This record gives sequence, structure tokens and C-alpha cells, in this order.
Amino acid sequence: MKNKLLWPLLALVALLLLNLIVTPSFFALRMQDGHLYGGLVDVLKNGAPTLLIALGMTLVIATRGIDLSVGAVAAIAGAVTCVHIGTSGSASTAFAGMAIALVLCAVLGLWNGFLVAGLGIQPIIATLVLMTAGRGVAMLVTEGQIVTVNNTAYRQVGAGFVVLPVSILIALLVLGLVAFVTRRTALGMLIEAVGVNPEASRLAGVRSRTIIWTVYVFAAVCAGIAGLMISSNVSAADANNAGLWIEMDAILAVVIGGTSLAGGRYSLTGTLLGALIIQTLTTTVYTIGVAPEVTLVFKAIVVIAVCLVQAPKARAALSFRKVAVS
Amino acid sequence: MLKKITTVASVVLLSALTACGSGGGGGDTGSSGGTITMGFAQVGAESGWRTANTKSIQDEAKTAGIELKFSDAQQKQENQIKAIRSYIQQKVSVIAFSPVVETGWDTVLLEAKRANIPVILTDRSIDSDDTSLYKTFLGSDFVEEGRKAGDWLVANASGPTSVVELQGTTGAAPAIDRKTGFEEKIAAKPDIKVVASQSGDFTRSGGKQVMEAFLKSQPKIDVVYAHNDDMGLGAIEAIKAAGKVPGKDIKIITVDAVKDGMQALANGEINFIVECNPLLGKQLMDLAKKVVAGEQVPERVVTVEGTFTQEQAKAALPQRQY
Repeated sequence: MKNKLLWPLLALVALLLLNLIVTPSFFALRMQDGHLYGGLVDVLKNGAPTLLIALGMTLVIATRGIDLSVGAVAAIAGAVTCVHIGTSGSASTAFAGMAIALVLCAVLGLWNGFLVAGLGIQPIIATLVLMTAGRGVAMLVTEGQIVTVNNTAYRQVGAGFVVLPVSILIALLVLGLVAFVTRRTALGMLIEAVGVNPEASRLAGVRSRTIIWTVYVFAAVCAGIAGLMISSNVSAADANNAGLWIEMDAILAVVIGGTSLAGGRYSLTGTLLGALIIQTLTTTVYTIGVAPEVTLVFKAIVVIAVCLVQAPKARAALSFRKVAVS
Repeated sequence: MLKKITTVASVVLLSALTACGSGGGGGDTGSSGGTITMGFAQVGAESGWRTANTKSIQDEAKTAGIELKFSDAQQKQENQIKAIRSYIQQKVSVIAFSPVVETGWDTVLLEAKRANIPVILTDRSIDSDDTSLYKTFLGSDFVEEGRKAGDWLVANASGPTSVVELQGTTGAAPAIDRKTGFEEKIAAKPDIKVVASQSGDFTRSGGKQVMEAFLKSQPKIDVVYAHNDDMGLGAIEAIKAAGKVPGKDIKIITVDAVKDGMQALANGEINFIVECNPLLGKQLMDLAKKVVAGEQVPERVVTVEGTFTQEQAKAALPQRQY
């Protein structure tokens, strides 16, 4: 287990070192208006939505599923909340809006779970439905416009600070909860069992359907919270662009973290590392000034490198060389 | 089905006949009773800018006494092609549209040409070797917008000035052109340097994230040049979080002049906005009348666009339609 996480950790450290070399002040932290301010804080703040979605995705992938609809669900959460808030500045309206949005997201998760566990549709197809339709729903809610709000309470979710950014605190809290609930109880093992062989685990007495249903609802709620962060960060709901392609980032974070897409064993720490790597990569592009035209190529090379060193054959080759030298 | 084919065939045949007959005049094309009918195929309703664009066209058509047939393509080319085909069948006097994408228009525009219906492009151009497919293109000159932004900076900058640029979506025409025009003008003053330039994808969160990174990696930033208002608004948030005052410590120039941007300009958080005007309805109706009357029109007509300083924004804001 430790060994598996070594490479993503090294990749993260390498990226951070690259930033340090190009911009010596990258690690500098200072207090600004009562909160921490610096490059690392940005990585944490902007990485929080990806981390949250990746957490939900980890459990879904562990059951041998996948959820492509998280980006659209995130857009819906932001849209519903901002439309509900409108011009109001009161905290209670903001909380009511967020509550409505999250309940709606849970319902969307139930829908995904129904398609996958209830009707037995392949997850990639089942969630593709909501991926396409969901963004349309978000557009419908906002009437295709960018809805700007001015609400201090709502701002806190994505742009607020309690020394550290509120968004990363929320994400870490959810991470802690998931780790506690799945690792301190049998739930984690049951999820893995369903991923390894749904039929066998059902015969062994595991309620496969309920578990699959639960992970999709959880993924959708995570996506909803992430959507709130994304929209709150700029105090606006942009149905066209909020959470666009974030499902890909989340899947990537899970894979970099060493969880297999074939289901079964999963690693929450790995997902945390994966999400941090992806956000650090984005920040690195801006910090070291990679030209926009080559940004995608740069990202691709890093991702391929990280995935390659994790491949069993590549690892075998690397460790063989180590042995040979010593 | 057969009926449909016959209708199309007769339309094509009829218009071919009129084409032979009318020659230079062409004033009697299609429409009944002398009023002009215009078929307009809009891109969709994806932004406040686009909504204002639609409203302007609908209102001005009414004022000009032009009968407007309007369709919304919901950002899909096939919908636009369908709409244009139906306009050809309905024998409108002129077709206008904002192409969703640049390519793939030759066939349908050739059908319009054969039916002798003139075509006007608005807002966005098409990429085709055959320029006879449309009469004129009415829209913004993005390079000129970049130049206006550059001019203002050259006139208002004193001493060494470090500029960071928030580009639009990589490869998009407005992003490329606004960058080109801006660079062209600031070249006149070697003191002004673009120290960093990244894509913020025309979105608020993109603008904010890029600006956050710039604020940490660049030792000195005097000016932000954002290719649209939304990225500028994102940058404002990032600057505030860094404990600096947007509009004072760091000056901000943006392009578009949508409502949220104008509000920020009036509040003093943005310093200068170059307008990208969606209200091209009046110019479009004038062009349509000329084209239908068979008058010569220039191949490229640039929309009338201004610029806004903070004082002008305060004055203009109450009447702002979008």
C-alpha cells in the first residue's frame, strides 16, 4: 500500500519543486486580512472541488462503476442556489438555496443509482444521460444567462477563509468522514466486495443494490457541494462552464491515486494525492508561464509520466534496475 | 414527402426564373406587397450579450417595418441549416444569420444563392473560398477592439508598466485578434511590457484562478488586460483576496461592456472597457433594405462601437440594455 502511493507522492513533490525553482517565492506564506495567503493556499482552495468530486468518484469506481454526470450536477447545484438567492443578501436565503440544491443533487444521485442498480444499465451509459441532460437543466434554471449574486454568506463556501480556505476545510472534513465510515466499519469492505464481484457478494448476503445506490447518491451530493464552491468562488452561476470536464479530472485523480477502474480496492489517500497533483499541475502552468498553446501537451506529458511509473511493468523494470545496481 | 419535393423544386425553378428576369433591379424578390421579410437564424441564447443582440434585431425590425422570421439554433449548426432552408422555401427577401461555426455553409448558402435570396452574416464570419455566397458581413472588428485597449494604456501609462494578459479560449478568433491589436499598439511604448499571458477561457473562474497564480509569480503587476469582462471580474476577486485594490493598485482593462462589467467599471474596480456592441439591429435593417433594393454594399461592415471610462459608465449604466 505504502509503496503504491510513493510514486504519486514523488510526482507531487517534483511538481512543487519545479515551482520553487522557477518562482522562489512559491512557498512563501503570509497572513493577509486574517487568513493565510500564498501559492500553496491557492492549490488547496482551487483543488477542493476536484478533491470532493474525486472522493465520490472513488467509491463509485470501487463498485466497478463510473459517474460521468458529476460536472453537470455541479452546474445544477450552483445554478439552483444562485437563482434562489437572486438579489437577496441574507444568510438564511443562502442556506435555504444551498439546502434545496443539495437535496436536488441527492435526487439526481438517486436517479443515477436507479438506472445502474435498479435497471442494470451500464454505469457509463446511465450517467451519460445526466451528463448531457444535466447541463441543459442548469441552462434552463438560469435561462442561459450568467446569474451574479451578492451574498456574503454564500461567498464563504468557495471564497471564504477561516485561516485556511473554507472550501478545503469542507473537503477535508468530508474526506475524514468517508475514511471513518468506510474504514472503521465494514462498509468499505462491502463496497470493495461489490466491486470485485457483485453477484458473489450478493449471494454472500451483501446488499449490492443498496450499496451501489448509496455510492451514486453520495457522489452526486459531493458534486453538489463542489458546484456550490465553484459558483460561490466567483459569486456567479455559469451553467455553460461551471464544472465543465471536471468529471475527467476527478476520474484522473482517482486513477493517479492507484484505484483501479476495474473496481475493488480503493485508496482515499491516493485520491487526495491525485487531486492535489492535478491542481498543482494547473497552477504550475500559470506560475511558470507555459504558453497557452502548449498547456494541454504539457499536462498530458506529466499525466502520462505519472501513470507510466505506476504501471506494474514499468515498476518492475525500475525496481529491477535498483536491485542490479546495489 | 413527394409534396415536399415538388414544393422545393418549384421554389428553385421559380426563383431561377425570377433570377433571369430581374437582372439589376431585384426589388421584387419573393415578398408580397412590397414589405421586406427577413429570415434570421440566431446562434442561441448563451449569454446576456446574445440576448441583447436578439432583442436589438427584433426591435429594430419592427421600427424599420421589416417582417422578421426568427429562429433560435440552440448552438447547433444543423438547426441553423434547417432554419435557412425553411426561409428559402418561404421565399423571404433576405436571410441573415450568425454562424455557429465557421465552416460547412457552402451547400446551404448555394441553395440561397440559386433562389436569389441575398444573405447577410452578422457578428461572426464564415470560412469559405466563395465570397459570392453572401453579400456582406456585419460585425465587430476584434483587432480594432484590441487596438482601442492598447491606445488607452499607451495614453494613460507613465513609466515602466508591467501588464498581465488574460486571454480568451485558445484559438478563438476574438482571443487571437484582441491580443494582436493590443500588442500592435503597446509596441509604440517600450516601457509597457506584457510580463505574463495565460488563457482564462473567457470565464470568471478561469480569470480568477489565473490571476491568483500571477499575483504570486509576478513581482510587480500594474495592469490587467482581460479579453472579456467575465475574466476581468474574476481577476478583481483575486486582487481583492491579495489585499490590493482593483482599479487603483492594479488597473484593469476589459472588452465587451456587459452589465456586470459596466457595474464594476462604475464602481471604480475596472478602469476602461472597450465595447463589443451586440446592438447591431439598426445597421442590419439598413443593410437589408439596401441589399434587397439591389444597391451595392461593402463586403465588410463594422458595427459602431465605443469605449467607456468610469465616468461614462456611471452615465450610461441606467440606460444599459444588457
